[in-house]
Amino acid sequence: MATTNRPDSPDRETLVQMYEIQNKIKTTDERFRSMLTSGQIQLIYYSPRGQECISAGYAVHLRPDDYVVTIYRGLHDHLAKGVPMRELWAEFLGRSTGTCKGKGGPMHITHPDSGLVVTTGIVGSGIPIANGFGLAAQLAGTDQVTVVNFGDGASNIGAFHEGMNMAAVWKLPVIFVCQNNLYGEHTPMSMSTGVEYISERGAAYGMPAVTVNGNDPVAMWHAAGEAIARARAGEGPTLIEARTYRFYGHLMGDAMEYMPKEERKAAMAADPVPAFRAWLLENGHASEAQLAEIEDKIVAMVDDAVEFAMNSPEPSLDELYTDVYEEIIK
Amino acid sequence: MTTTEPRIIPMGLALNEAMDIAMGLDEKVFLLGEDIAEPSGGVYKITKGLSTKYGTHRVRKTPISEAAIIGAAVGAAIAGYKPVAEIMIMDFIAVCLDQITNHAAKIRYMSGGQTTVPMVIRTSAGAGRQFGAQHSEMLEAWAVHTPGLKVVVPSNPADAKGLLISSIFDPDPVLFVEPMLMYWDPQYACDVPVGDNRIPLGKANVVREGKDVTVISYGKQVHDAVKAAEILAGEGVSVEVIDLRTLVPLDEATVLASVSKTKRAVVVHEAVTRCGFGAELSSRIHEELFGTLAAPVARVGGQNTPVPYAKNLETAFVPQVADIVAAIKSLNK
Repeated sequence: MATTNRPDSPDRETLVQMYEIQNKIKTTDERFRSMLTSGQIQLIYYSPRGQECISAGYAVHLRPDDYVVTIYRGLHDHLAKGVPMRELWAEFLGRSTGTCKGKGGPMHITHPDSGLVVTTGIVGSGIPIANGFGLAAQLAGTDQVTVVNFGDGASNIGAFHEGMNMAAVWKLPVIFVCQNNLYGEHTPMSMSTGVEYISERGAAYGMPAVTVNGNDPVAMWHAAGEAIARARAGEGPTLIEARTYRFYGHLMGDAMEYMPKEERKAAMAADPVPAFRAWLLENGHASEAQLAEIEDKIVAMVDDAVEFAMNSPEPSLDELYTDVYEEIIK
Repeated sequence: MTTTEPRIIPMGLALNEAMDIAMGLDEKVFLLGEDIAEPSGGVYKITKGLSTKYGTHRVRKTPISEAAIIGAAVGAAIAGYKPVAEIMIMDFIAVCLDQITNHAAKIRYMSGGQTTVPMVIRTSAGAGRQFGAQHSEMLEAWAVHTPGLKVVVPSNPADAKGLLISSIFDPDPVLFVEPMLMYWDPQYACDVPVGDNRIPLGKANVVREGKDVTVISYGKQVHDAVKAAEILAGEGVSVEVIDLRTLVPLDEATVLASVSKTKRAVVVHEAVTRCGFGAELSSRIHEELFGTLAAPVARVGGQNTPVPYAKNLETAFVPQVADIVAAIKSLNK
């Protein structure tokens, strides 16, 4: 059982809310993969399957006016922060009704009303930008926090080091969530990274850092809660390394020959979403009927979003030159 | 009736005034960059005194981390601030180009207009002080090639001030290129109006009227173009000189109207000639006016080399007044 039992666990409502987010991510991902496999849709797709508990664990601590920055593998973060399902699907399919009018696509989902402010397709680049959101909150004197998500691979790029250092020097209210799925693209962490734990790097910047089992929703909830509380109190940034596993490789179609079969099989057998479901039932935090109702509701929500997106028009060709600048400049 | 004495100040001071005015008008304006706070006020003293006046929270000294500087500006701009980031020397934009071209430039588009990045990147540029190949380049063409960025290159203190205030309050990211040699050199000082005298982006300045040839330039080379025009006036050639001021947006109408009149054009800039802005502008003029031109558009630009160190080589790299004169004469054969 991956989920920690501890006396200071989140309340029942929060636990169920975390499960709902996880299930929403899992169900959405499964639908994308099945529609891609069957050829109903075509798009570049980075499955977040296996990493659901991380997003759910931090998102339940956040307010709509808190900021989240994420990367191309970001579907779990988008849904956890509350990006609406219909607009999300429409954007993935390049439709005018999408979050970004179909002009950004899956790697650039943006929905400021939910606080999902940046999705970048460039490894590590969200980190310095997250500092800007933190700086804005600090200058304005609000207690908003920014959560920036990235992978283990991003901890080897310059933007990570520059951004971590600046956040520490300026005591910015930013939580750096390294979703360590053990692979950067097709290369295992052991072949790319000089430390065993990404959290060791926090010391280089004088930043509190912790490694947590990212597949343990309660452990993740605690780590995120402590970091977010510290940031809200003006006590500066935290690095959270959440260890997890990527079930379906780097992107859809990846043959995954670089991932040992047994390792992947074991990770999928320990799938954190059904494991958490079982834990909720065993510990009496939820009833079967309650969870089934949530799951049915999510299936209906995905059905509705797929229909909405598939029936939405592509953007008008007039949109080509809009939004490059405020005025049209050719 | 009152007459005011002209107030002759250098570009460095005019830029300082622009930031002072913008910060006084809007508390969302803040500055960040290496060494920009007191006591130094920046390596070129452009931000002198501003941290004392507005505080180090609004005039922020940063680590030597260009990607972190621009990234922080991008995030703060999306969140509603108007950051002015200083990249000390233009060559250093190479280490933060991802933040500039992939993020500042593209975020409005990628978000379908939901998020915008109203920020300015100020940077000093240009050869002539023997700083060698990595502290001397004019790289404006990189930015012009990136939809989403605006690009400004002032040629005198009054324009620098008026264009910088406009850039700070512009809704889009602006790369503001400051010719380093003009900062404090009294020969480039001019009358600069007191107060908030903005100059709109996208409006070229016809600095000298003429009828035989149009010379189009920007930045420091505008002065060389005027010198060339003065020399040729003595030989009976009437040269019109246009200072573009901004490359994006480009005041194509003013350029085309002038070249329609003179039927001859020379584009002058300090940047490397190959794929420089002159290539784009020359092409546009040919596309619009080919049948009416008396001669092909000529380009005068930097040599297609890194900027050399030795004084004689550096001088050979930079286009000179004599090169402009020769180019104009070649069109009149």
